[in-house]
Amino acid sequence: MTAAPNVPSLLAVDNLAISYASGESRQQVVHDVSFEVRPGEFVALVGESGSGKTTIAQSVIGLLPRNGRIEAGAIRLNGITISDWNDTRLNSLRGARISLVPQDPGQSLNPTRTIGAQIGEIFRIHGQRDRAEIRRRVIELITRVGLSDPELRAGQYPHELSGGMRQRVLIAIAIALKPELIIADEPTSALDVTVQRRILDLIDDLRREIGTAVLLITHDLGIAADRADRIVVLRHGRIQEQGETRQLIAAPQNVYTRQLLADVPVLAEAVLRPAPSAAAADAVLVRNLTVEFGTAWSRTRFRAVDDVSFRVAKGTTHAIVGESGSGKTTTVRAIVGYQRPTSGQVIVAGTELSSLRGERLRQFRRSIQLVYQNPFGSLDPRQDIRDIIAEPLLNYAPVLRLERQRKVEAMLDRVKLPRAVLDRRPAALSGGQRQRVAIARALILDPPILVLDEAVSALDVTVQAQILKLLDELQRELSLTYLFVSHDLAVVRQIADTVSVFKNGRIVESGAVESVFHHPRDPYTIDLIAAVPGRNLPRRVAIAAE
Amino acid sequence: MARYILTRLLQAVFVLWAAFTVSFILLQALPGDEILIKFENPDLGLSKQQIADIRLAYGADVPLHQQYLFSLGRVLSGQLGNSIQRGVPVIDAIAANLPSTLRLTVLGFVTAASLALVIAFLATLTPFAFLRSLLRGLPSLFISLPVFWLGIVLIQVFSFQLKLIPVIGAGPWEGLVLPVLALAVPISAPLAQVLVRSIDEVETQGFVAVARAKGASRRWVLWRHVFRNAVPPTLTIGGVLFGELLAGAVVTETVFGLNGLGRLTEQAVNLQDAAILQAIVLIAALGFVLVNLSVDLVMPILDPRLRKAFGGAS
Repeated sequence: MTAAPNVPSLLAVDNLAISYASGESRQQVVHDVSFEVRPGEFVALVGESGSGKTTIAQSVIGLLPRNGRIEAGAIRLNGITISDWNDTRLNSLRGARISLVPQDPGQSLNPTRTIGAQIGEIFRIHGQRDRAEIRRRVIELITRVGLSDPELRAGQYPHELSGGMRQRVLIAIAIALKPELIIADEPTSALDVTVQRRILDLIDDLRREIGTAVLLITHDLGIAADRADRIVVLRHGRIQEQGETRQLIAAPQNVYTRQLLADVPVLAEAVLRPAPSAAAADAVLVRNLTVEFGTAWSRTRFRAVDDVSFRVAKGTTHAIVGESGSGKTTTVRAIVGYQRPTSGQVIVAGTELSSLRGERLRQFRRSIQLVYQNPFGSLDPRQDIRDIIAEPLLNYAPVLRLERQRKVEAMLDRVKLPRAVLDRRPAALSGGQRQRVAIARALILDPPILVLDEAVSALDVTVQAQILKLLDELQRELSLTYLFVSHDLAVVRQIADTVSVFKNGRIVESGAVESVFHHPRDPYTIDLIAAVPGRNLPRRVAIAAE
Repeated sequence: MARYILTRLLQAVFVLWAAFTVSFILLQALPGDEILIKFENPDLGLSKQQIADIRLAYGADVPLHQQYLFSLGRVLSGQLGNSIQRGVPVIDAIAANLPSTLRLTVLGFVTAASLALVIAFLATLTPFAFLRSLLRGLPSLFISLPVFWLGIVLIQVFSFQLKLIPVIGAGPWEGLVLPVLALAVPISAPLAQVLVRSIDEVETQGFVAVARAKGASRRWVLWRHVFRNAVPPTLTIGGVLFGELLAGAVVTETVFGLNGLGRLTEQAVNLQDAAILQAIVLIAALGFVLVNLSVDLVMPILDPRLRKAFGGAS
């Protein structure tokens, strides 16, 4: 252990082992984990999905799911073992001495109660009865976490607040009783990058102000490197490496840590891509596209996309970057012909979309295929992989069974999946494998253009890096044109040639990726670039150039 | 808000009109003629000419669409006409039977709802796993019990074996205990099922974990966070189940020999008493519409997200 002998630890996790019941058997998911958090310290627990990081966090606050059980080891708070306490005893601890900032702010507030009631509740649970006093402290907390109009907010319901505002409310709850330890479980993974940064700044400020220690659970080594004093790297429920952040980043000892470091997309990374030649023909041309929503008889119409123009040269990747509500999805829907423009033109592979109706529109969609963000939702759970990949062929190009079989297998090889997956169903595949299936399905019709809508956002960094590599290879082999929608600028920098930055339905900046990233002109682009985590990670020109 | 209520009211009026029209068509399509059933009885000794005159007097010989418009106009002016079989105004027959049925169904529904609540809460709060699964199995058992069978068993056990409640001559409230129970048990089942399922679903939501991380006890979490979010789906089912109540009342009143709309319905069907049937359909539809209207109006109070949907203040 790295503990300095003279500093007593606030939280000590010793040789912890946790298992889950699955059917008749128990499966161990955390093995022999030991680490500690000292008072006021910021420690990050970093790992991919399935690494056991959330399980460890839940066990610390005593909120393991019903089928979870601590098999061995101990959790100590200020030297006192709390891992064998029952719920009633733990209740005096929860919220007061250890608190939680949860992952998904959208789901983490009760939709039927006001913000004020939900913040005030923690005082009531811990014995405060004076209503006026509770109200005063609620208003004080709402102000402290940076929400405007605290009186108004207190009376509002969660659905009236944005994701970032809700996360602020949850932070207010977590700091209400000035606990010694805040567990932040992926507190920003559901938020836009600029909001993400502000939320992490807030947690950091509050930590300094009240001297609370923070245990941050994250999959993002970049965030951990930027914020934490110490980092604990987890994989398959075992600690791979832990140490001072600077030391761990500069000289990782463990193979997995090194792999993780190599896979984090970093903004500072130079990826050399040949600039698209000006002479290349346009695969996609968008001219003054405007899309409005609203019914004919309602007075207010919402303009989702406002006078947007850009072009994508054949064989290149164009990135559409923006936060939620920026109009990027609506633009993409207009390009693939799912959404009629209010005005303006969309020309894909030489065809003007607005002239297409019915069967001709359907046939047009052959030439532009989509890969969606969520590899779990975009594959029919009842079809096997063979049928999923072959389905577009049935719709557009009916061929004999043997020919179809041959095509599916060839496509499977292209996306580097083993033949064995053909007869499986999506549930039996990992997230990365599913996304490969989605890519194979999109490519089976040999479309010249592929739209990738946040196609790697839901994946772990290592898997993300593999998928990006695959996309790059496929583009070169098949001379594909990509339209790459993303909120992650670091990823965009790795894969795109040109970029358009969207904000409030307009393009605020566009051009070649290198020039936009090196010389951003619009304040919003500058803000966006500054918000990308991982500034403390070392540059890795050598790795990127391989 | 005003617009929301107005739309709901217009929908309610439409439902009532549709119920009236469809039942009118169905009753006319039935083979047989209620006037003939009553007056062709040889004991009355009426001649063909006399019967024809009676038909004329009841307006049975005019074309159907005129009959329809006539009865629709009559209903709109608040009258229900006369029962040919009983020779009394329909309104009197209904008025005599409505209160007892109302008492039976309201008590039945309240009992069903309480039963469902108790089952759902015990099924989530009980610390013993075997008891939890036992309670969770209860609704499936309840839902498969036919009302008439349950009624007979209840009479057998409580009246004949235990002699707790006399079969004949029980007090007005005492006599209601068994019928209410027979009516409530099968209706409580779907309510409990939906409630248990919603509670399970709500318990997996993030805000429940957050509430527990605040240090709240299980009971606190269940009462203040889970319950309020689990009730709306149950309420919707409750509105739909109102129809079951009326159907249940027909069987219950017959089995227990109670007077009421259910009994009246049964007799009216046997005698093809169209006027009474039409009135009962209308009353049932009215009840259905009112219950579901109030469910729709209560929903936004329980779930603030619905208030925004119809343009309330936000």
